[in-house]
Amino acid sequence: MKEVYEVRMHARAGQGAKSGSQLLAEAAFKEGKWIQSFPEYGSERRGAPTVSYTRISDKRLRTHEPIVNPDAVLVFDPGLARTIDVTSGLSEESGILIVNTTDSADEVKKQTGFNGKIYTLDATGISLDLLHIDAPNVPMLGALIKVTGIVKLESLEEVIKEHFLEKLGEEKVNKNIEGLKRAYEEVSK
Amino acid sequence: MSTWKALTGAQAVAEAMRQANPDVVAAYPITPQTPIVEQFASFVANGIVDTEMIPVESEHSAMSCTVGAAAAGARAMCATASQGLALMWEVVAAVPGLRLPIVMPIVNRALSAPINIHCDHSDAMGATTIGWIQIYSENAQEAYENTLLAIRLAEHKDVLLPVMVMQDGFIISHGVENVEVFDDNVVKNFVGERKPDRYLLDVDHPYTIGPLALPDYYFEIKRQQEAAMENALKVYLEVGKELSKISGHDYPYFEEYKTEDAEAVIVILSSAAGTAKDAVDELRNEGKKVGLIKPKLFRPFPYKEMRKALEKFEAIGVLDRSMAFGAYAPLYTEVRNALFESENRPKLQSYIFGLGGKDIFKSDIKKVFDELLSGNLNPEEQRYIRLRG
Repeated sequence: MKEVYEVRMHARAGQGAKSGSQLLAEAAFKEGKWIQSFPEYGSERRGAPTVSYTRISDKRLRTHEPIVNPDAVLVFDPGLARTIDVTSGLSEESGILIVNTTDSADEVKKQTGFNGKIYTLDATGISLDLLHIDAPNVPMLGALIKVTGIVKLESLEEVIKEHFLEKLGEEKVNKNIEGLKRAYEEVSK
Repeated sequence: MSTWKALTGAQAVAEAMRQANPDVVAAYPITPQTPIVEQFASFVANGIVDTEMIPVESEHSAMSCTVGAAAAGARAMCATASQGLALMWEVVAAVPGLRLPIVMPIVNRALSAPINIHCDHSDAMGATTIGWIQIYSENAQEAYENTLLAIRLAEHKDVLLPVMVMQDGFIISHGVENVEVFDDNVVKNFVGERKPDRYLLDVDHPYTIGPLALPDYYFEIKRQQEAAMENALKVYLEVGKELSKISGHDYPYFEEYKTEDAEAVIVILSSAAGTAKDAVDELRNEGKKVGLIKPKLFRPFPYKEMRKALEKFEAIGVLDRSMAFGAYAPLYTEVRNALFESENRPKLQSYIFGLGGKDIFKSDIKKVFDELLSGNLNPEEQRYIRLRG
């Protein structure tokens, strides 16, 4: 794996991308990595486009610049690709694009014009099914780690428990972990 | 045993406050307050600290309340950012003259107008002339350690001045990083308890604080304040040495990075210094002799030490994250001042970057170094990084 692995998440405020970037970072932290998780802040209105970043590294991180050449991009709402260049800086040779959609990878390719590796997942479907809300963040992370292996599934499970057990209770935490695992199995090329 | 945690810069400072367990923390609990007091309030609510948390109706009241508590003999703290600092200004300006050792973490953010919530140093740089000690932090770890250092520095009997501990808004305050939190007991032992020589609640030894001092004594009291600032230079290093034993890190006035044989260096504060160090490494790999100086202690400013560090270079670029409209930028001004006594003054160039949260990249820093090495410099001109044409 690269010395520094960089992930960019495009979402709408309320979809949990900021938490998602933090959960991913903390899972890597548990595995002894140096991490950064930071969102781009704007005027915070539900539904507004957001960008969140995660850096994972084997050596101490000093830079504080935004991520412009990500190794992976997660798109939480396919509609964002209509107005935002979600694959900006993403290499068509090595970059990975994962989109929360019911469309196929070929259709996403047409929508985005991205000729690299594309993976799709109905993360919203999983979340609606299990939690009855549109919170695609945890399933999207499941897909990311299946495709990239940047952190272990168990590390993410542990972090989800730590973050949400007190806040959401055991039942919802278990549903989240189920969503994580389903996404891990269901993500497709 | 220290513990590694994944924390935001704001949470890291809240950890320092938890360990210092101040008697009183006052805060106005909505924007522009920072997540520092949000996190600290949860420590209070959960009984982890026994601090008296006082929610007040404005930032002006927050500082007033902190002043009252500190005068009564308490270790009192508050935190703020941008407009919050601006609103509490009247009271902020009174604290150094009252000789109250208040430590106030600041999340550096732009000032209105236009309305902006993002990072720059306009808020704190507007408060450099009123007698607060100022320490700038590069990342969450430094913000944590500087807060611990600040408490001892402020409360030292030869200093008794307030301290602002800076961290960059959002970039550090809301970004999660690896932070080493030192052992609670070791830190508690280091910060100790505030033991003021005199305080208002000591009814056996009544004294007056904040009296009227007309032309008879006002000037003399201000001169004492300046003497305390001079002492702060010495005490900062002493307390830093003690903290080094716990942290293993050094606390110089400024950090010198790969400057030994450097021809061109940049001087830059806070989080952008981290990005710039990566740029220095890349240019060093290309064989370019470049380095970096990151001031930590900005007030009092260590002029002599800065002159000695800087005069050996050929070219120096100073990058400011605020402007001093109609004058040279704050950091640039100090670097120029420091070099006036020098026999061999390097060529200087002033740059402004990052106002209102405008991003700065490694590539921008590299361009600055190229310009410094090219010699195309004008010390009386202010240049702008990533400004739209």
